[in-house]
Amino acid sequence: MTQAQIEIQLLAMATAVACSLCGVFLVLRRMTLMSDAISHTVLLGIVIAYFMTGDLASPWLIVGATTSGVLTVLMVESLQKTGVVREDAAIGLVFPALFSIAVLLISIFSRNVHLDMDSVLVGKIALAPLPSRRMEIWGYDFGPKSLMLMVAIIIMNLGFIFVFFKELKVSTFDPAFSKAIGFNPYWIHLGLILSVSTTAVASFDAVGSILVVALMAGPAATAYLLTDKLSNMLAWSCIIGMASAVLGYWLAHFLDASISGSMSTITGIIFGFTFLFAPERGLLSVWNRNKVRNRKFKLALLLLHLTQHEGTIREEEECHIESLHLHLRWDEYEARSVAFEAVETYCATQENKVLKLTPKGRIIALESLQLGTNLN
Amino acid sequence: MFESLSVPGLGSVLAGTAILGFLCGTVGTFAVLRKQSLMGDAISHACLPGLILSFIIFNSKDSWLLILGAAISGTIAALIVLGITRFSRVKEDSSLAITLSVFFGFGLMLLTWVQRRPDAAQAGLTRFLFGQAATLMDRDVWFLATIAIPCLLIIFLFWKQFQLVCFDRSFAQSLGISVSLFEILLSLLLVMVIVVGLETVGVVLMSALLVAPAVAARQWTNKLGHMAILAGLFGSFSGIAGAILSNMGKTSIPTGPVIVLFITLIVLLSILFAPARGIVWYQFKHWRDSKILHLDSVLANLSSLAREHSGKQYGHSIAMLKEISSNPSGVPGSVQKLTELGLVKEVEKGFFIPTSKGVEYLAEKTSHMGAN
Repeated sequence: MTQAQIEIQLLAMATAVACSLCGVFLVLRRMTLMSDAISHTVLLGIVIAYFMTGDLASPWLIVGATTSGVLTVLMVESLQKTGVVREDAAIGLVFPALFSIAVLLISIFSRNVHLDMDSVLVGKIALAPLPSRRMEIWGYDFGPKSLMLMVAIIIMNLGFIFVFFKELKVSTFDPAFSKAIGFNPYWIHLGLILSVSTTAVASFDAVGSILVVALMAGPAATAYLLTDKLSNMLAWSCIIGMASAVLGYWLAHFLDASISGSMSTITGIIFGFTFLFAPERGLLSVWNRNKVRNRKFKLALLLLHLTQHEGTIREEEECHIESLHLHLRWDEYEARSVAFEAVETYCATQENKVLKLTPKGRIIALESLQLGTNLN
Repeated sequence: MFESLSVPGLGSVLAGTAILGFLCGTVGTFAVLRKQSLMGDAISHACLPGLILSFIIFNSKDSWLLILGAAISGTIAALIVLGITRFSRVKEDSSLAITLSVFFGFGLMLLTWVQRRPDAAQAGLTRFLFGQAATLMDRDVWFLATIAIPCLLIIFLFWKQFQLVCFDRSFAQSLGISVSLFEILLSLLLVMVIVVGLETVGVVLMSALLVAPAVAARQWTNKLGHMAILAGLFGSFSGIAGAILSNMGKTSIPTGPVIVLFITLIVLLSILFAPARGIVWYQFKHWRDSKILHLDSVLANLSSLAREHSGKQYGHSIAMLKEISSNPSGVPGSVQKLTELGLVKEVEKGFFIPTSKGVEYLAEKTSHMGAN
């Protein structure tokens, strides 16, 4: 690996971590689409700040963009508070409007300026290691400027989460309780919006607006499927974010395609994989659990059936292995396989194709009748 | 201004944006009512990979093939969003955001991969992103119309079913209507509209064109039929206005954003001034109601004071009423108004009692309260 490759990967990983940290709270607070809105409207702030300063490298661009991100959220919320527009529609109204203003401003006033749309959406992470984009202090090369910026953002986000961990937790999971103990969740909400906006703006330059959304939603939602603990979710989210960054970089390298596009593709693949195979909440394990539960229920039902007819005249017929499915109204194949399971687990024995309960089977059958018995 | 209207091709641009606006408004109405405003955003982003894949596979720029690809990937994305929300604890907002960004990112990856192949022509990301309403030709208008007519026909034919699915799913189910079938049909309509609209207004602005006309129309009416038609008209109107405005200047301004700003303006005006729901109207009603309430409370205070004293002619001063009113500064005005209405009379200078008409009025008011 060349130094440039390492730097690009470091930058991608740093961006992923910064976005994943914010993303966790967005996912938990059902605000993920705000990141979509913010990542579009920061363009307006950048354009306005650029017109005022005339310099594409000015730090005011970041201030302007962050402000417009925060304003977007506040506009969506105040539109929602009027009660005539629902949240989803409010988001869908505000960000295209602000984005349109930005596009118009660019097309009217700055035709020859380098603010092209492709780089807005795709970002230019591959250009980060270029000499003009490096930070040099006293002749010492500190690496790409955007990498330094991302590290600063990570420190800021971590600081915010670390200092206000308790407040974030309570206001995310139980806003009413938070209010009751005298802590207004709105301040944390504002702080979170501010940190999401700043992160989006800083990442925007590196990876483009769409990947910001992918990195905020993807790793956090994946982590949400893996754990129930906030601190673990934060950790998982960062790890998944970094993994998507590195894998995405190499995918892009081999296909010779867009780095940010490949990174979000990998984010999606990781999410899809987790969605299917996560140990507790994955689709397969949920289905499997349902199957096992269903099977246990059937077994208990069969044993109950046997207790009902134990020692009666009709026992021969009711408990005959060939006719079980008629009495239980099950599928023939299924009835037989449940019967074999009963025999195999020593819940019943077979005498001339008639099932007889064992003491163990009797206990299980009686237990399953008791209220609150756990079939798991 | 009018010589620019004679620009060749402007007629087809106007016709195209009008048709598209109408279609977006009507179909968007159902999306907004079903709280799926942002589904449009997700679907429109998700069309990119399908578009590019069909370009790679068939190696042609035939619009039907491209649109087919876009429609397929849009539909898959819509189903994925629904699936994630249904089968995991990930909420709808996250599943929308993931689907949107991953599909779009995948599309970008494919696009950059295609563009680096020397034999492939540039598929034009900018066109996909921002549309090119200005280059609409007669052929495109016919194309829009051939999509629009069946879509509107479907809405017309299944009107009752769509209405039920939007407002009362369980009632629809009890009538034996297959709710999921019509939900899928509505989603397919959404995909169709988005796919044909992308070429004109582009990805980002597509969602605005679906959401905004419906939100504006919602403010003016409570009837689904009126709302759908009104939304269609708003959409068409802003399409035409946007196309004209963007062609007026000497330098060409992108049409999509102008259309979106125009429809946003309509939304703002509707939210502020629409009768019954508009904010200004609501504030006015609030102000009027509080005035009437104040009059009533002054009259009630006066009559209860009068009842406490035996002599019926025993009047009370404004100062006295001010003491017990919740809004003392309004008391003199209210007393004067009541006197004008003949509900209160001045027995001697500065002292008032309710008239018999006033007592009757009050009795009627309080009986209403009792009935409620």
